[in-house]
Amino acid sequence: MKELLVEIKNLECRIGDQEILKGLNLKVNKGEVHAIMGPNGSGKSTLSSVLAGNDNYEVTNGSISYLGEDITEMNPEERSWKGMFLAFQYPIEIPGVSNINFLRTALNERNKYFGKDPIPAKDFLKMVAEKSALVGLDNKLKNRSVNEGFSGGEKKRNEIFQMAMLNPKLSILDETDSGLDIDALKTVANGVNKLKSSENATIVITHYQRLLDYIVPDFVHVLHEGQIIKTGDKNLALELEKKGYDWLKTGNSIN
Amino acid sequence: MSYTEKQLKEELDNKSYEFGFVTDIESEKAPIGLNEDIIKLISSKKNEPEWLLDYRLKAFEIWQTMQEPKWAHVKYEKPDFQNISYYSAPKKKKELKSLDEVDPELLKTMEKLGISIEEQKKLSGVAVDFVMDSVSVATSFKEKLGELGIIFCSFSEAVQNHPDLVRKYMGTVVPFTDNYYAALNSAVFSDGSFCYIPKGVKCPMELSTYFRINESGTGQFERTLLIADESSYVSYLEGCTAPQRDENQLHAAVVELIALDQAEIKYSTVQNWYPGNDKGVGGVYNFVTKRGICGYRSKISWTQVETGSAVTWKYPSCILKGDYSVGEFYSVAVTNNFQQADTGTKMIHVGKNTKSTIISKGISSGKSQNSYRGLVKIGKGAHNSRNFSQCDSLLMTDQCGAHTFPYIECENSSATVEHEATTSKIGEDQLFYCMQRGISEEKAISLIVNGYAKEVLNKLPMEFAVEAQKLLEISLEGSVG
Repeated sequence: MKELLVEIKNLECRIGDQEILKGLNLKVNKGEVHAIMGPNGSGKSTLSSVLAGNDNYEVTNGSISYLGEDITEMNPEERSWKGMFLAFQYPIEIPGVSNINFLRTALNERNKYFGKDPIPAKDFLKMVAEKSALVGLDNKLKNRSVNEGFSGGEKKRNEIFQMAMLNPKLSILDETDSGLDIDALKTVANGVNKLKSSENATIVITHYQRLLDYIVPDFVHVLHEGQIIKTGDKNLALELEKKGYDWLKTGNSIN
Repeated sequence: MSYTEKQLKEELDNKSYEFGFVTDIESEKAPIGLNEDIIKLISSKKNEPEWLLDYRLKAFEIWQTMQEPKWAHVKYEKPDFQNISYYSAPKKKKELKSLDEVDPELLKTMEKLGISIEEQKKLSGVAVDFVMDSVSVATSFKEKLGELGIIFCSFSEAVQNHPDLVRKYMGTVVPFTDNYYAALNSAVFSDGSFCYIPKGVKCPMELSTYFRINESGTGQFERTLLIADESSYVSYLEGCTAPQRDENQLHAAVVELIALDQAEIKYSTVQNWYPGNDKGVGGVYNFVTKRGICGYRSKISWTQVETGSAVTWKYPSCILKGDYSVGEFYSVAVTNNFQQADTGTKMIHVGKNTKSTIISKGISSGKSQNSYRGLVKIGKGAHNSRNFSQCDSLLMTDQCGAHTFPYIECENSSATVEHEATTSKIGEDQLFYCMQRGISEEKAISLIVNGYAKEVLNKLPMEFAVEAQKLLEISLEGSVG
């Protein structure tokens, strides 16, 4: 019996007076990889932001539960402490804050939440060495300011490095493939695959089938106008690659 | 979100000013008001020589003819100079031989400020000259410094014990004719610190002074005179806290630094005087004249982290008189709520091949106004001199203001002057990114701000850097709206 990790029920949300998600339903079990595809403006990035708790978006209806707990109103840091991770489509630069200081602060804040002591420097550095090897992150980047002056590929790699350090239960990859050349794509996908276990799950948001050659999904969902209009296996992604989205738009049936 | 605006506000109100306590010690106060008799009273209380009384009286005469400066980008109600007591000393009962005899109330105050003398003595590394209101009450490490010939004492003691040094250098960098507040200070200064480093001596520890305005309605007028003789080195720390008060308190200090040939002075300030409450009531007026003069191949470096005071008017400056001398100014100025700061520096290049660096980081929050005002002046004889200035502003809200007023006067065509400026707003996306990684909003703000100010914080001595970071955190709590 698979264990339910996250369940989104009839989720509606808006930014300003623009409705974006219009009754979205999704269930993700531990050990699964879900791909979410869809045309521009269908609400893919909104979904990732809302899952992570970005309060620019107002949830007007529906709920998100995570490990059996309703987290619809929970703040982003608490979601993070409980194991949710978002790899940003456009990772943010924080000048003057070194990558490792950033991560150490993040880990220690989480430890504090769970009433644990701060991570000892030695253990932390050992972990940094292990995890950066896993995603092939350049040694120099660890001491540089967070994402400042990083190339597109370096930024994405850094996201996966952070993901490895925080060891989340639910990872949401928001267009992690955009701006990556094929070699970088392989390294990043390889990192994600190594982190996969029966205890965690991944939601991959992407425009292109290409990434799914490397991170193979158990389910592929098509998002259109704020709803999931079709669900299939990995072959659905191949079909979309050939036919585009138009053939699905007319039916508007929820699978 | 579980962290609501209301919670933020409550937390701010409760935490508003950590050091807002008043020490209950009997103190001896001069009658309020300012006239020649008061100045004579101060001078006689301090048993000053004739020449110093003359100096005070001349300064007072000049001050009466001067006008309060209006050019700064600040608005405030003019202090009533006749409604201030110009002298306040904790009542002395008898000579104290050891700490056990010190008033326990006073010791408690020091403990709250985190500078208990016992601890300081044990931990070593920092010699503390503690100025409580106007009179210095405790000095440590004096003996150790004495062995090297270093003089580090209160200004009043220096007047008694080293009158020749005081007379030779006092007023040479900031004459009493310099400006309104320098003249006022010269007339009524109460006490302060004095430091002399002999030729060729590298001071082995950071010298440190804590100032504190304690007596209600007392203006405080300190004077600091620091002389680094040829080829000597000193690092001097100045830290300030003041208890919470409803009426505004005036603070007009004068700091003079003299770096003789090949000497180096590093002067660091962390200032968190009471900035007033979130309605803009109360707070310290801080009108300070700080200036240093450099001899041949000498160097003066000012580092300041300013988070306090309701109104600040302050320009630590360098006169680069000697050839090859170097002036530096590293500043972080934070304003929140209704605080106003007009601060910056003046770099006056006189000698050949002189070099100056200005790094100014302004952080504005709430409804505050934060201005950088800087002058780089290259004199006719300042061949091949160089200046680099960088002025950055960080805005935390959309109701605050950041202003930059850079002035450049160049009279020598072989000089190189560079100026860079940036303004940025702390980003919601930066905050969300941190929060997604499990870093709470408050912590994220502190992280981002400390990152922004890192270039300056790195210039502070270790023990100060930690305090300064904490101070930035406290000053900006709940400030992103």
